Amino acid sequence: MELYELTALELAQKLRTGEVTQQEAVEAALSRIHATQPGNNAFVTVDGPVFSAADLYASPLAGVPMAYKDNICTKGVPTTCASKILEGFVPCYDATVVERLSAAGAVSMGKLNMDEFAMGSTSETSHCGPVKNPWDLTRAAGGSSGGAAAAVAAGEVWYAIGSDTGGSIRQPAAYCGVTGMKPTYGTVSRYGLIAYASSLDQMGPIARSAADCAAVLDLIQGRDPRDGTSLDAPAGGLLASLTGDLKGKKIGLPVDCFGEGLTPEVRTAVLAAAEVLKARGAEVEEFALPVMEYVVPTYYIIAAAEASSNLSRFDGVKYGWRAEGYEDLTSLYCKTRTQGFGSEVKRRILLGTFVLSSGYYDAYYKKALQVKALIKKAFDEAFAKYDLLLTPVAPTTAPKLGESLTDPLKMYLSDIYTVSVNLAGLPALSMPCGFDGKGMPIGAQLIGPALGDGGVLNAAHAFQLDTGWHKKSPKGGDAQ
Amino acid sequence: MKITEDMVDYISQLSRLQLPAEEKTAMTAELERIVAYMDVLNTLDTTDVEPLSHIFPLKNVLRADEVVPSYDRETLLAGSPAGDGETFLVPKAVE
Repeated sequence: MELYELTALELAQKLRTGEVTQQEAVEAALSRIHATQPGNNAFVTVDGPVFSAADLYASPLAGVPMAYKDNICTKGVPTTCASKILEGFVPCYDATVVERLSAAGAVSMGKLNMDEFAMGSTSETSHCGPVKNPWDLTRAAGGSSGGAAAAVAAGEVWYAIGSDTGGSIRQPAAYCGVTGMKPTYGTVSRYGLIAYASSLDQMGPIARSAADCAAVLDLIQGRDPRDGTSLDAPAGGLLASLTGDLKGKKIGLPVDCFGEGLTPEVRTAVLAAAEVLKARGAEVEEFALPVMEYVVPTYYIIAAAEASSNLSRFDGVKYGWRAEGYEDLTSLYCKTRTQGFGSEVKRRILLGTFVLSSGYYDAYYKKALQVKALIKKAFDEAFAKYDLLLTPVAPTTAPKLGESLTDPLKMYLSDIYTVSVNLAGLPALSMPCGFDGKGMPIGAQLIGPALGDGGVLNAAHAFQLDTGWHKKSPKGGDAQ
Repeated sequence: MKITEDMVDYISQLSRLQLPAEEKTAMTAELERIVAYMDVLNTLDTTDVEPLSHIFPLKNVLRADEVVPSYDRETLLAGSPAGDGETFLVPKAVE
């Protein structure tokens, strides 16, 4: 077995026993990066080789090579959000997650490609070129954390930190056949995450197993005074709590997530996953969640509104790139923003400005916040009956490159199963549960109630004890 | 809802963006389709529903008013596309 086929926890164990040295682990990562980067374009900055001489007992993942999505601030390492407007930006501070992981002995191999400012569902809106799926280089890796999912799938790093505003961890994890978790909103500090939509953004792990995700979350969750929305809730102990026991757990299958628009192969694989959970003791039952019809428009109104406000800070003055040939201050702003942002980012800024503008605010933005209240209520009611929900992650497997860019609305609609989780602030995980006829991975999503991260991870762990989908890797780590 | 090029001009100006003519025409059509799709929310009765901004009831977060070390000027100016070592440089903003 090659080193890059191990899980992060398995590699950490070998590092502690001395079976593998840290230099060997870093060299294995670098050699995979050099072999697969020309194909999948998962990295935007390779920051190695770095020998931190990590204390191998600092945490259960100490010494394991990993990487960060490029919208997470890393002191002294370029952080661009895969955008021209942040070209040359080198943060003078680390995000809280980076600080915490560094203290836990994480070894960063660099920064991962993504949709520009995390806006997109295929990692094709990147200024650094599209990420390609390691299972088929003619297909998208998903987005917006496409580089993170591709790098883990290809064996370039053992885990990665991504961000999820409407599915950006879970959907690329599904497309690339790896496990990804968006934790409960407020449990991971957003300090140092370059904001897209602050009320929805949350960082989390992409790894090879639910146990690896639990180990990462144990290190990064917990109150941080530098993020005003950070919850004062107990953190840690997730890895230790994984028993794989689902006896007496009730899992709801929202019928509205298995209807029109869902590819039959995805439906079959997710329903088969429900049978595995049943065999481990869970009760599975269908129920109606009609609010699903409204989640995509609600999400795009709120996300675009917050984006238009958050991205006003990029103006060519304080950091990043500045256009040439301006006459006055307003033209400096306009030229820099017009030339510095890509078209999907501009589309969302304009949409957000529109829904917030005088005369349209009540009809769109306020309406969306009201529907958000109804969506939260519907999930509260569901969790009064069920411990977990099981749905597909996306209606299809990874699309061909280029297919999604021609029709933005179609791309938005593909986010249907993931966005409601962000609107309701819930924890949710994407796990591999099969392959389609073309050999592309399929993902199933487990959703838990707020602060039910442990229950979500335990169900995924139970599933992975009985299945081997998460152990599959693309031939040679990257299609040739 | 009809989105016109005049509306796109107006929101572009609010957003400090200047779309070239061709991009503006395409963007107008795309925004119209997206906004038309969003109108599905109007089929939902939300009378008496309070808009929900924060998903968890947040109380005001206060901290002690203590001076803590900040970054020095040089460090913060290092990321600027134009600075003179003292300040960020921009074109003259007032006459």
